[in-house]
Formats: sequence, structure tokens, C-alpha cells
Amino acid sequence: MSTIVLLLITGLGLGALYFLIAAGLSLIWGLMRVLNLAHGAFFTVAAYLGWAASLTLAGTSPWVQWGVSVVVAVVAGGVFATLTEVVLIRPLYARPVGQVLVTVGVALAAIALVEGGFGSDPKQLTLPAWLNGTTSILGANIPNTRWVAILAAAIVLALLLFFLQRTRYGLIVRAGVENRSMVEALGIDVQRAFTLVFAIGGMAAGLSGVLAAAYYGTIDPVRGSSMLIFAFIVIVIGGLGSVAGSALAAVIVGVLQQFLNFYAAAGVGDFAVVLLLALVLLARPGGLTGATST
Amino acid sequence: MTAARGRILVAVAALLVLAALPQIGITIPGLFERPLSAPGTLSLLALCFVFGALALTYDIVFGYVGLLSFGHALYFATGAYAAAIALTRWHWHLPQAILLTAVVAIVLPLVLGAVCLRMHDIPFAMVTLAFAEAGSVLVLQNPFGLTGGEEGLALGSDALPSYLVGVPNTHNLYWIALAFLVVTYAVGWWAVNSPPGRVWQAIRENERRVGVLGLNPYLYKLGAFVLSAFLASAAGVVYVLLQGGANPQITTSSFTLALLVMVVLGGVGTLWGAVLGGIVYEYLDFRLVALSNAPALQSLPAIVRVPLSEPLFILGVLFIVLVLFVPAGLGGLLRRRAAA
Repeated sequence: MSTIVLLLITGLGLGALYFLIAAGLSLIWGLMRVLNLAHGAFFTVAAYLGWAASLTLAGTSPWVQWGVSVVVAVVAGGVFATLTEVVLIRPLYARPVGQVLVTVGVALAAIALVEGGFGSDPKQLTLPAWLNGTTSILGANIPNTRWVAILAAAIVLALLLFFLQRTRYGLIVRAGVENRSMVEALGIDVQRAFTLVFAIGGMAAGLSGVLAAAYYGTIDPVRGSSMLIFAFIVIVIGGLGSVAGSALAAVIVGVLQQFLNFYAAAGVGDFAVVLLLALVLLARPGGLTGATST
Repeated sequence: MTAARGRILVAVAALLVLAALPQIGITIPGLFERPLSAPGTLSLLALCFVFGALALTYDIVFGYVGLLSFGHALYFATGAYAAAIALTRWHWHLPQAILLTAVVAIVLPLVLGAVCLRMHDIPFAMVTLAFAEAGSVLVLQNPFGLTGGEEGLALGSDALPSYLVGVPNTHNLYWIALAFLVVTYAVGWWAVNSPPGRVWQAIRENERRVGVLGLNPYLYKLGAFVLSAFLASAAGVVYVLLQGGANPQITTSSFTLALLVMVVLGGVGTLWGAVLGGIVYEYLDFRLVALSNAPALQSLPAIVRVPLSEPLFILGVLFIVLVLFVPAGLGGLLRRRAAA
């Protein structure tokens, strides 16, 4: 029983990390039809900058250090994403494939730079004692980082839904996902919504990066790309452009992966997730929430 | 007509020179450290040829059919690992290993392509990426001790015929790589200029219209996907011969992205551009590593030295610049120069 609870909560925590990456990716795709391969680089760069910032505060309370690293990571992710959109994506609006390619270049260059600057070996993190500890629930000792990841993802989900449902820009984003040219024809500046969506996505990816660092206890330059691949799977399963669908799919993918990696063999869970993707596509090409096939 | 004949003559002459290279002891200072006939130079060139051919196979799906696949590395790795497993784990002879690889290299892309091609455009890209990732996970998990996990598979000295083993026989491998590039180019040229090849290009321009004309785009795309994957697997076999084994780096998504960089570098939608891109990429990747250890670089301040000592940083930035300012790639540049 305790094993099942542990796997469930850990899977939810992993799903939370996926969701934080996938939410931004899904909105970017839904609104702009850009496959953002640089999203993994936002995740990685933000995690490293957060870690580097906490190092400069050595000697202060671990909570201050960690809090600063979270803030720095979120800001760094947002700034990096905004710059990418404004400088590199915007000149290529007429060339959708060019946009994808440019994000590939950003991913390659940024990851190489991180490797050059910080080395390719995993870095050990110093976390507040509570984050390294566990909380006992139903006989299972759950690492506290899992709770933090789940809580953060729940808050981001609530904020995103509020933003999308209750604010004017959220309305523009939703309308743009539905039919971009109609929104443009109504005289609304969609470009600002593009930048905004990129900034939000980058901040969420940065948060995911710093939370994943706590989740795994280390940071390394390549985790971002494997997280990105599972985030892609999540958004395709969840239905492209749907934040709620991404949340649902992230939970399914994270929990399934944990259970199979534990009960079958390491790697089987990763494999099963890809199989699940194939099955969902064969049954419902638009994903779980999508009504139409694309 | 005469221009075409002239181009063929130039190509044949270039080929003859390349084929005679192991016998010519000339040195090109700057480009290569050692004489062209030195085994080190020959094996670098052979690797460049294989990547040129691989980039060409990717250009068939990406440049000619317009399918942005992020899973092409999977098929290259399939060829490499199928051959390496048959040679090392089961101790098959080379011909049988190649035969087995050929069967796998048709069945696997047929099945995966049939699923992936239910999606279009970017969702297609994501799904191919997911399958390639599954392949990468599989190789790293080392199922039944077949793939060797992170260490990869090294061919023993008895796995291959003796004329393919050892430094003195590098020129044989060089010729095999060159011949493979020529054959791949010929097959690719024939395919894209055949009637189905014209349909591929029509699909790239307007898929719905092809459907309205009464053709089934799905089947044509699947055909292109399988052909391209099959040739990529063949490149994987040649890679195993050159490298003396298979390693998990070729299964990763970054390797697929490298392929994308090669094709865009050379010029999307031209076969020789893709070949050029593959050769230039591999050459730069190799030489930039040497550059990063150059003494002149070590004396620079860290803020300049660190980025310059990362080959992928330079290639990534070069790639961004090309996409932004030279969308036609190196091939397009050369052509514009020739036309001017």
C-alpha cells in the first residue's frame, strides 16, 4: 500500500514538472503554431542561473538561497523566452518551418553554452533541510519536493485558467488559438499576445527547471531535452492548445511512467508512454480533449 | 543540354579525384593537418561521406515531401545496431547481417510511418520525436544484453572480413563510404525525379490538391518515408564498418537535430546541397574540437574562450544565422554566385 501511495505521489510530482513545461508549449503551439524546441533550453538555463544565484548567497539561510534561486529561475526563463520570441521568432512569421529551425539553433547553442560554462557533470544542490526530508502519509514516506512540485503546478494551472478565462489578454489568446486570422481581422494586435505567451511559457519552464533540480537533487545540461520530449508527448495526448488537457495528460503520463518503471523494469515506463501516445493517436488523432483531427 | 553535360563531366572528374585520393600524397594546409592519403584524414573523409549520404536521405523526406521528421536518427541507429548486434552478439557473417538489417529497415519504418503519418505538420514532428526517444531509451536499457547500453557495441577484430579491419585497410573503408555516397545519390536522384517523386514535391506544395486530383497522399508519403529510412539504415551499416561499432549517441534526439542542421546548412530540397551540408557539418564538428584546444584560444578571456571552445555553440549560432539570413543554405549561396 505504502509503495503504491509513494509511486502515485511521485508520479504526480513528475507529472507536475511535465505540466509546467507542457502548458507553455501547448499555448505557444495553439496560438502561434510554433513548435518550440528551445523550451528545454529555457528549462536548463533557468535552472543553472537559479543555482548560480544561490551560490553567490552562500552563508545565508538555505531558505533564502532556495527562494532566490526560484525567483531567479522564473525571471531568467521569462526573459530568455521573451528575447527568443522578439529577436528570433518574430522576423520569421512568414516562415513556420524557419521558426522551428531557429528554436533548434537556440537549443543547441544554449545547451552548449551551459556545458561550456558549468561543465557537463551533474551539479549537487544544497537545499533547505525540510526539502530534503519526507512527509509520512498512509505509511508512505513522500519526499517533500514532490509536494512542492504538485503545489506549484496546481497554482500555475489555477493562474493560467484564471488568466485565460477572466482577463482580456486571456480572451485574445483563447480567440487566437481558435482562429488567429479572425482575431487579426478584428484589429487586435496578436503579436503582443505572442510575446506574452512566450514569456509565460518561459517562466513556467524556468519554474519547472528549478523544481526539477530539487526533485532530482542535481542539475545537468541534458535533462531539459528529455523532459521536453515527454512534454511533447503530454501536449499531443492532451490535445494541442488545451491547458486543461495538458494537465490531465501530464498526470496520466507521470503516474503511468512511475508505476511501470517500478513494477516492470526501468525504462518500461518511458516506453509505455510512447506506446500510449501511439494508441491515443490511432483512436483520437486530436488528443484526449480535441474533437477534430488535424 | 551542354550545361548539364558540363556539370556531369565536372562531377565525374571530381569523383575520379576522390577515388584516387588514397594514392595521392598531397597536403592541403589549413584544411587537413596530415596528407590526404593518411589514414586519419581518410577516415574523417569517409565519415563525412556517410553523413553527406545520411543528410541526403533526410532531405528526401524533409526537403522533397515537406515532412518535418524529428525521428530520422532512429533509422540510422536501427541500421547500425541491427548490423552490430548480428555481427557481435550472434556472430553472423557480414552478408547475413546486412540482409537482416535490410528486412528490419523496411518493416520498422513501414509500421512507425503508418502511425506517424496519421498526423500532419508539427504534430507529425512531435510523434516522430517520441518514437525516436523510445528507440533511444530501448538502446540505453540494454534489453537482453543486446545493445550494450551506454557503452555501445564494439565489433571484435574477427567480426568483419580482414580487408575491412585495421589502419592499413582504411582506404578500403574510404572507398566503401565513397561508393555508398554515390549509390545513395543515384537512388535519391532517381527517386525524386521519378513520377512518385514528382507527386512528393506536389504534396510538399499543396497536399490537399494532390488528394483532390485523385491520388492518395498518405501512400506516397509512406513510400518516401520508408525509402528514406531504408537508405538511412544502410548509412548506419556503413557507419558501423567505419567506426568499428555502434554507440548510443546516434540514437539521441540531438543527433536528429544535427541532421536537420546539416540539411538546412547545405540547402533544403537539393540533393547535392544536403550532401554538402552533411560533409561540411561533420568536418566542422571534427575540426572545431581541434580549434577548442588550440593554444591561441586558451589565452583569450573566459567570456570569449568558453563559447568558442564549444563546437555545438558555434554550429548552433551558425545555424540560426543561416535560417535568418540565408534560408537557401550553402547550396543556394553557391548557386547565386554561379548565376551572378
